[in-house]
Amino acid sequence: MKFRTFATAIGIGVTALAAQAEDVKVGMITTLSGGGAGLGIDVRDGFMLAVKQAARDDIEVVIEDDQRKPDVAVQLADKMIQSEKVDVLTGIIWSNLAMAVIPASVAQGKFYLSPNAGPSLLAGKGCDPNYFNVAWQNDNLHEAAGAYATSAGLANSFILAPNYPAGQDALTGYKRLYEGELAGEIYTKLGQTDYASEIAQIRASGADSVYFFLPGGMGISFLKQYADSGLDIPVVGPAFSFDQGILQAVGEAALGVKNTSQWNKDLDNAANRAFVASFQEEYDRLPSLYASQGFDTANLLMSAMDKADVSDTEAFRAALKEADFASVRGDFEFGPNHHPVQDIYVREVIKEGDVYTNKIIGTALEDHADAYADQCSM
Amino acid sequence: MSIILLVEQVLNGLQFGVMLFLMAAGLTLIFGVMGLINLAHGSLYMIGAFAAAATAAATGSFVLALMASLVAAAAAGALVELTVIRRLYDRDHLDQVLATFALILIFSEGTRWIFGSFPLFLEVPDYLSGSVTLPGGIEYPRYRLTIIMIGLAIAAGLFALIAKTRLGIQIRAGESDREMIGALGVNIARLYTLVFALGAALAGFAGALIGAIQSVQVGMGEPVLILAFVVIVIGGIGSIKGALVGAILVGLTDTLGGFLLPHLFATFMDASAAMSVGSALAAMSIYILMAGVLLVRPTGLFGGK
Repeated sequence: MKFRTFATAIGIGVTALAAQAEDVKVGMITTLSGGGAGLGIDVRDGFMLAVKQAARDDIEVVIEDDQRKPDVAVQLADKMIQSEKVDVLTGIIWSNLAMAVIPASVAQGKFYLSPNAGPSLLAGKGCDPNYFNVAWQNDNLHEAAGAYATSAGLANSFILAPNYPAGQDALTGYKRLYEGELAGEIYTKLGQTDYASEIAQIRASGADSVYFFLPGGMGISFLKQYADSGLDIPVVGPAFSFDQGILQAVGEAALGVKNTSQWNKDLDNAANRAFVASFQEEYDRLPSLYASQGFDTANLLMSAMDKADVSDTEAFRAALKEADFASVRGDFEFGPNHHPVQDIYVREVIKEGDVYTNKIIGTALEDHADAYADQCSM
Repeated sequence: MSIILLVEQVLNGLQFGVMLFLMAAGLTLIFGVMGLINLAHGSLYMIGAFAAAATAAATGSFVLALMASLVAAAAAGALVELTVIRRLYDRDHLDQVLATFALILIFSEGTRWIFGSFPLFLEVPDYLSGSVTLPGGIEYPRYRLTIIMIGLAIAAGLFALIAKTRLGIQIRAGESDREMIGALGVNIARLYTLVFALGAALAGFAGALIGAIQSVQVGMGEPVLILAFVVIVIGGIGSIKGALVGAILVGLTDTLGGFLLPHLFATFMDASAAMSVGSALAAMSIYILMAGVLLVRPTGLFGGK
């Protein structure tokens, strides 16, 4: 189950023991086995693609599998910090694992670059100078969905999410910019796969739309069962239930659904076109938003390495803060709490040939920052 | 809350219970006849779902997919019994748990190796999709209704098998006295392989049926496995009747608990707090049920000795 890939394995020479001062050792803890493995694999593949393209010999990546278990992630982080002596940690997908690992890691003076999880606590009161989120604060895509629902004239939403930190952030985020009424609000069990009971309640509630945040397999189950239930009120979701990895498993049930994302493969900028083409060539599949986040994370890190030594914490932090790299999202900058300020788009699920994918149909929020930045003092 | 919604939730609970029964029946037979704790039962559920998804993708036929799930899971079960499980009957439960846990890891990573890390697609066939209107104006998905009927039919078939056939007699005899039926000339080794394959086939079939409305992915069997263990503990280990009653109790408790508890709390506290307290308590409800049953009947509802 556990394995590690040194950068050497993909063809980059690394002087393993006699590392020079400016070499950066990256510890990637991500989910590579079990139910959520698709997400971690995409982050890893996006990250390693960027490292490979840069073809530099001063970065070494140690990859470990957290099996989506907080206790395993904590052990791996301890091992990476104490015996591997990594300089930078990254990779965690899930907010509950992030909360277990990130505060302890940055407290030990390590940098943490989050390619996915962005729990509200770490954006607000618990923010840290050494913690950078390259993806989004958890609420962001949900805020965009709320804004979209309002602009689309939806006025009576039924909302549901799993009962865990990111689920609560999700519904809070949706309600922040949504101006209509709520027909109902449900927290489901994390990992729940049968939504018959919730769908029956949606049907009985008289809602005019459904908003759900159910990442991974949960979303697949929900959409298939929803499509089969005969309900036809519109569904809105964040990109997580409509990413490239799971759309094929959902199939026709997802067609036409509007979802919000900070990235899509048809974003028109040079970095993105090159990324999409090279990712397909390297891995023989379309990239997902997770892959784009992994790719951006690696490029951010390498842009900082060009400007400062990782041993010079102050300078390296300032270099990260500048975010001087060509993001596949186009414009990208960090807010005062080291979380992205970025555009968030509305996408629609379409079918291209035999492949289900997304296309951008509008912008939900421009230069959007998160709601917790002013609680952060650093 | 209307009566229609309540009836619909009862049907949902029944459907969930019937699915759990297919898992629990195999588990309880294997435990009852061979005294073996099989943690890898969830993997057989997963194998059924993957075999069905692969067959449906290749042939487009849902019926063939269901048959493939039966065959693949039974074959995997028989193979595992012959190569690994057979050596475990005389060991204590800790060794069995260790070995079958290893099997979970092998099956999960093996499946990932063959099918990749991304979930597979398996769809409800057109003739079973959509919903039907039941008497009283209840609109209910046709596929879930089909699952309830298939599950009840299988339960009836199993009861007939246990009560009426020669194999059933041997299974019952095996449960009460293993040495004696060996002495009477029954081929114990063959009986064990058969029972194991039968349990595996039921689990695989459940996986395929559920795979069509949920997600076919690695690790899908483990959450169901835990519930199936709860079912057989409540029902009484080794009892098919116990598995059926236990499964339906667990299914109804889980579904109705998740639906009614938040409403109950909402009568005396504010809505969003009631939602989170209610759903937290609902998540515990089946374990509370199990503890309650064990307090009153330590061997389960239909457990022997």
